[in-house]
Amino acid sequence: MTEGDWAALWVTLRLAGLTTLILLTLGTPLAWWLAHTRWRFKFVLEALVALPLVLPPTVLGFYLLIALGPRGMIGGFLESIGGRPLAFTFAGLVVGSVFYSLPFVVQPLQNAFQAMGRRPLEVAATLGASPVDRFFSVIVPIARPGFLTAAVLGFAHTVGEFGVVLMIGGNIPGKTKVLSIAIYDHVDALEYGHAHLLSGGLLALSFLLLIAVFGLNRKFQVVKT
Amino acid sequence: MIECRFQITKGSFRLDTEMTLPDRGISALFGRSGCGKTTFLRAIAGLEKDPRGRFKIGDAIWQDDSLFLPPHERSLGYVFQEASLFPHLSVRRNLEYGYKRVGGAKRRVRFDDAVSLLGVDLLLDRRPGELSGGERQRVAIARALLRSPKILLMDEPLASLDEESKQEILPHLDRLRDELDVPVLYVSHSTEEVARLADHLALMEEGTVLASGPISEMLTRIDMPLAHRFDAESIIEATVESHDERFQLTVLRGPVGCFSVPRNNLPTGHPVRLKIFARDVSLTLTEPVNTSILNIVPATVDSLVEEGPAQMTVRLAIGSAPLLARITRKSAITLRLEPGSKVFAQIKSVALLA
Repeated sequence: MTEGDWAALWVTLRLAGLTTLILLTLGTPLAWWLAHTRWRFKFVLEALVALPLVLPPTVLGFYLLIALGPRGMIGGFLESIGGRPLAFTFAGLVVGSVFYSLPFVVQPLQNAFQAMGRRPLEVAATLGASPVDRFFSVIVPIARPGFLTAAVLGFAHTVGEFGVVLMIGGNIPGKTKVLSIAIYDHVDALEYGHAHLLSGGLLALSFLLLIAVFGLNRKFQVVKT
Repeated sequence: MIECRFQITKGSFRLDTEMTLPDRGISALFGRSGCGKTTFLRAIAGLEKDPRGRFKIGDAIWQDDSLFLPPHERSLGYVFQEASLFPHLSVRRNLEYGYKRVGGAKRRVRFDDAVSLLGVDLLLDRRPGELSGGERQRVAIARALLRSPKILLMDEPLASLDEESKQEILPHLDRLRDELDVPVLYVSHSTEEVARLADHLALMEEGTVLASGPISEMLTRIDMPLAHRFDAESIIEATVESHDERFQLTVLRGPVGCFSVPRNNLPTGHPVRLKIFARDVSLTLTEPVNTSILNIVPATVDSLVEEGPAQMTVRLAIGSAPLLARITRKSAITLRLEPGSKVFAQIKSVALLA
């Protein structure tokens, strides 16, 4: 592997890790709310969350590029408070990935929360557990398969993104150049050997991650009462 | 004393109740499905959203106009209709969940006591998924008790169980009532459970409390629906007097006179509860002789009410205890029964409730 490949791998892993962390933090309350609200227009929000599943990544990337740029809503705001626009930065990639991978984290969590229902929490409350206590002693262990699936899908999907990154991150080695773009560059330069190495690596990584998820979910499978 | 008052609106359903309950023994909340029993219980636990009301138990106020304690700050045990054990924890860890969250000084129920009271000793290392319905519900009751609650709320704990599991749990509930000093509020729509377990009964209908009082009183009040059911029944408190070895009978001392039932092994002096269906009671003006019926007690007619075109329900007093009789209107007229009449009640069948 070339030095550039190693840099791309590092950017990719950092990007996917950070994105997954942010998505688990933001996605958990959102998924909980979606799972339990009786709001009439909840389906609108669900459609919005699912949008990145069907939208061409270039479309999402295009709008993000505009929003994050110096004249965009987010970029302009950041500039006005003395920051820098996010287009073509690592932070911009993180923002884009969060949107792009949102459904892969929120949907498994929402399903897990819907399956467990409110009852275990009510039981825990009557047994003296405070809300924070209930989250860690009841929600996390019962919904563990959901959290695991959400984390792995979010991570793997971010590792594999291409279109969004290309639109808002460009191709700055060591900063915004990720593995999938490195592969594209290698193929473009007819360096098939390098392309094979990276592609094979990603294939193996993805497969191993999914094996881990399915294997662990089987292990954690809890018998329903 | 336990004082509660709640007003809750849910769509078209409105709950508006006020009642005072004794702070000992089992109080049953009785009524049809949909009358608001469960909502009422959930309101006491603080599980209902947006409830207006007031709840006071002993000196502690859990809720009033300016105060609302969240469920985890209310000292209560709640047993749901489905056992709702935590599926990710063993039976032992389920039991410890509430136990550990009670401060040491406030622990009044010992772990081993609750475990043996509900007979779950042998289940401790099992997973909830490996238990039968009855076993799960026993674990859930023990788990609620280990919270050392000021009140135990039970929402139809037997309703989702088969007959066999019910019979398996009932003796444990008897012991719970007799051995622990925790008031229980027991929601049910089964007269059988209520007659056996409850000391006090509150009758609910369409979101309001119709009446509440001692169980023997409530079952026999002729201004209340229970006395008019086809299976109307009376409860008589008695104690074991002696055992008749020759005829294999046990003699029980009631409020007036004695009752004979098939021989049991209860010790002398043991309190028992007798259930007598109104349709099993017939009346005579003179003390019957040469009859096969063993249980005959003198009684005074308290009140009478027509039950359809052909029948009447007669409320009797045997000593201070009320007893219902279901007779024909023809008999009531022939015997010229009226409040104050002295009669003899012949009781064809007496069921001993544990």
